[in-house]
Amino acid sequence: MNVKTPSKLEKILAAGHLAVTSECGPPRGTDPEVIVKKANLIKDHVDAINITDNQTSVTRMSSLAACIHLKLLGLEPVLQMVTRDRNRIALQSDILGAASFDIHNILCLSGDHQSFGDCPQGQNVHDIDSMQLLQTVRHMRDEGKFLGGDEIKRPPQMFAGAAANPFADPFEIRVPRLAKKIAAGAEFIQTQCIYNLDKFEEWMRLARERGLLEKVSILAGLTPMKSAGMARYMKNRVPGMDVPDELIKRLADTPKEKQAQEGIDVCVESIQRLKEVEGIRGFHIMAIEWEEKVPEIVERGGLYPRPEVD
Amino acid sequence: MIVADKKPIEEIIEEIKDNQNILILGCNECVTVCEAGGKKEVGVLASALRMYFLNNGKEVKIDEVTLERQCDHEYLEEIREGIDKYDAVVSLACGVGVQFMAEKYHATPIYPGVNTCFLGATEERGLWTERCQACGQCILARTGGICPVSRCAKRVLNGPCGGSTSGHCEINKEVVCAWQLIIERLTNLGRLDDYEKLAPVKDWSSDRAGGPRKVIREDVQQ
Repeated sequence: MNVKTPSKLEKILAAGHLAVTSECGPPRGTDPEVIVKKANLIKDHVDAINITDNQTSVTRMSSLAACIHLKLLGLEPVLQMVTRDRNRIALQSDILGAASFDIHNILCLSGDHQSFGDCPQGQNVHDIDSMQLLQTVRHMRDEGKFLGGDEIKRPPQMFAGAAANPFADPFEIRVPRLAKKIAAGAEFIQTQCIYNLDKFEEWMRLARERGLLEKVSILAGLTPMKSAGMARYMKNRVPGMDVPDELIKRLADTPKEKQAQEGIDVCVESIQRLKEVEGIRGFHIMAIEWEEKVPEIVERGGLYPRPEVD
Repeated sequence: MIVADKKPIEEIIEEIKDNQNILILGCNECVTVCEAGGKKEVGVLASALRMYFLNNGKEVKIDEVTLERQCDHEYLEEIREGIDKYDAVVSLACGVGVQFMAEKYHATPIYPGVNTCFLGATEERGLWTERCQACGQCILARTGGICPVSRCAKRVLNGPCGGSTSGHCEINKEVVCAWQLIIERLTNLGRLDDYEKLAPVKDWSSDRAGGPRKVIREDVQQ
């Protein structure tokens, strides 16, 4: 088993298991119990837990602090880091800080624009972009050096990941863009929520043909729908989201009180179908403020129990 | 050119209301082209101010002058003779002109009459859009002649980000995704392979980050 970091997620993937990750959003306050509670709902059913970084540009407890809370519980966090709010000094500094707590996974993102959040009049930084953050993480880890060239004493050991949206426009560059992220240093990919399975499978096919799937572990991103209303909202209001009309119809045709269960069923069916897709290495289940449903999805998806690795 | 937009007249009045002799000073360059601070706009603002002061029973003398440029010593010298009779000047030049005036005429208060917005172009009459942020290290050769620094809301150098939908930016459906344009342009040029070249971490020291900038050209200095 060839691994480069102490990451449990990396070890699970290297052992050939289908990995399962999920995510928790930190609270809009200082109570650590919020994150502990969410984590406890899912900890036995996932291998690692992403902590979002001020998602949708709404100010929250820092991702790093919340990751430390998980680490103190003995759990495996994935530190999400966006390039919107920090320059290269702060990003490198936070990478060191995270690594000092043995946080071994990082997901490099650009972040939603601040106009969506609670500080639309704020500056954004974008000193480097998400690909350059990947390069930075790999440079710090593999070369043991800062961007400025100085040596790092005890370099960070982080398994480097990126997001990919197979559904964003323009479609013709979705696979070249994946190739670019791999070239920048991505070792795992957590995709945008998949609802259009045909289009996703097409993206996987093109990536496979280019030989990209041997170089990166793709975790298929899934978010269960709570209602037909949520499905419509995702389709119409969330940038880069592809929700087929048949799915909206399926939910809308279900009695209102049963729509949430139908959404879970859809999610489980997606796992069952995508498990058969060559090159899928795991699942990233983003049950937004619905963490209690993750165990059911994982169990019914045939992904339980989770494997043990050293 | 430098694109500016008129300041609300209430804001200008608030600054100058206690003065008796005011000069409205236009500029014949960029702000004339973007119809914010040329001779015409000087006339319109002066008339509106005269009306305001008249209606408020105040006797205020307002003069109008438009210089060829306010970012040039030579042209600013043209008003030296009469400058002392004014107790305020409202400059309708860009921020450069306002500051150059203030540097030249130490005893005269200078107020900005426009908001300086960006480096841009006239798309059509009444519509100006940004094209450049003067980062000091032009990368247009690599991006098909379309600038992600000025035209991408996240100035992503390896774009597009996940928020690009149907060719539009996540911040607003009216905003075209710069990376969509770059990809279309590279496609048209038969250079889409270039898309996969990773743009390196940018040196922003020639941008605002490096502090006030200067260009020194010894070959043209006298």
